[in-house]
Amino acid sequence: MQAAKMVVTGPFSSGKTVFIGSVSEIDVVSTERKITSNAEQIKETTTVAMDFGRITVGDDLVLYLFGTPGQRRFDFMWDILSQGMLGFVVMVDSTKPETFREAKRILETFEGYASTPYVVAANKQDMEDAWEPEDLRIILRLKPEVKILPCVATDKETVKNVLLELLYSILEELDKEESAGQN
Amino acid sequence: MALKGNLRDFSTTQLLNLINLARKTGTLTIENAGNEEAHMSFQEGKLIYAHMGVEQDNHLAQILHNAGKLSKKQAHILETKVQGKSDKQIGHLLIQAGYVTQSDIIQSVRQNVLNVVYKMFTWAEGLFRFEANRLPSSSHITIPIDLESVIMEGSRRLKEWEILQEELPDLDISLHFTDRPDARLRNVNLTVEEWKVISLINPDNSMRKIAQANNLSDFAIRRIIYGMLQAGLVELTQQARPPKKAEPTQTTGRRKRAQTAGPSETPAARRSVVERLIHRIRGL
Repeated sequence: MQAAKMVVTGPFSSGKTVFIGSVSEIDVVSTERKITSNAEQIKETTTVAMDFGRITVGDDLVLYLFGTPGQRRFDFMWDILSQGMLGFVVMVDSTKPETFREAKRILETFEGYASTPYVVAANKQDMEDAWEPEDLRIILRLKPEVKILPCVATDKETVKNVLLELLYSILEELDKEESAGQN
Repeated sequence: MALKGNLRDFSTTQLLNLINLARKTGTLTIENAGNEEAHMSFQEGKLIYAHMGVEQDNHLAQILHNAGKLSKKQAHILETKVQGKSDKQIGHLLIQAGYVTQSDIIQSVRQNVLNVVYKMFTWAEGLFRFEANRLPSSSHITIPIDLESVIMEGSRRLKEWEILQEELPDLDISLHFTDRPDARLRNVNLTVEEWKVISLINPDNSMRKIAQANNLSDFAIRRIIYGMLQAGLVELTQQARPPKKAEPTQTTGRRKRAQTAGPSETPAARRSVVERLIHRIRGL
C-alpha cells in the first residue's frame, strides 16, 4: 500500500480539524500527548491534539491528511510532520486578524522545512467579518504564484477545491521539474 | 467584506500598504483608547482626505489658519460669514480676494491630511475598520497623495523598537528590489541615509553588512529597511537554511521533495499518484 501525505497547518483554532473532517472518510483521529519542558524542568500538563484523516484512493494508494498542532510551543512537531509530505495547506481564520502574523510565521517555517508546493486556505469566508482572500495575500506577503483560496471548512466542496488546487500546484511543479530535466 | 481589526495586530503602515497594493477606495476609521477618532479616505489606493473627529469640523478656514495662511481673526470671520458654503467655494472666494493662492490651499490641505496620518502612525493600539466606497462629502477639497511616500515618512516616525525587532528579527537576511511592476522608486523621497542603504541593496549583502558599511546601528538599519519594505520597494531574500546534521546530502538546506512512497520516486510515478488523487478528490 502506497501512502501519500498532505499536511494541514495554521494557527491555533484556524479550522484545521474541521477541514480534515469534511473530507476524511474516517472520523478525525486526535492523538493526545503530554510533554515536559526541559528548559524549566516543569512538567507541562497541557495536551496536544494532532489530527489525522484518511482518503482511500484505491487498493494500493491512500491519502493521509495530518493536521499540525497550532500552538507555538509544539512547533518541534511540525518538522516531523512535514517529512514526506506532497504539499501543505496553510489554514487562516479570515475573521481573526490577530492570528495573521502567526499564520505568516508558520507559513515561513514550513517553507523552510521542504520545497513542496502549498496553498493558503482563507477559512470562514461565510462570516461577515472575514477579510477578503486578496487582502490576506498582501498581509501575508504571499508570492504571486502561491494560491490563496476562499474556504469554509464545514463546506466539503470548498475543502475539495483547496485540496485540488494544491494538487494542481504539485502537478505544475512536476512539469517544471520534468522540463528542467529535459533541458 | 469587512476589513477590521486592532492596531495591536497590524501597524498603520501595514494597513496603508494593503490599501495601496489593493488599490482600495473607501474610508479607514481608527479609534484609539483615548476615544480619539481618525478618518482617512482613499481613492484607487491614493490618500485623498483625512481628518480627526467629526468631518464637519474640518473647515478650510481652520486648516489655513493652522498652516499660518490666515490669522485667527480672519479664520473666525470666514467661518461665521460663509456658513453653508463648501470648502471649494470658500477657497475660490479667498483666491479671488487675494488672501491666498491656489498653491497655498493645496499645500495646506495636503499638510493637514498628512498630519492626521502621521499622528496615526504613533498609535500602537486602536480599533480600525475600512468602509469600502465611503468617501468624504464632495464639499471638501481632496488631493490625491501617493501612499509610498506617506508610508516611508510614517515609518521614519515610527519609534517602536519592538515592532521593528519583531518584523525584522534577523539582520543576516539580504534584500532585493521588488519586481512589482507598479513600484515607483522615483516618486519616493529618500533621505541621504536611505540612499546609502539603497545603493548597497543586493542579494549578496545582508542587512548587517549594509549597516556596518554605513556605520548604522541595528535600530537605524531596521527602521530604514522596514520603511522600504512597507512601501513595497524592497523584499527580503529568503535564505537557505543550513543543512541539518541528519541530512548531510542536502545541498540547498531544504529537504528534497518528499518521496512519499517507494514507487513514486520517478517523476512519472509521482505524476500518476497526483493524478489519481485529483480524480479521487473530485469524486468525493
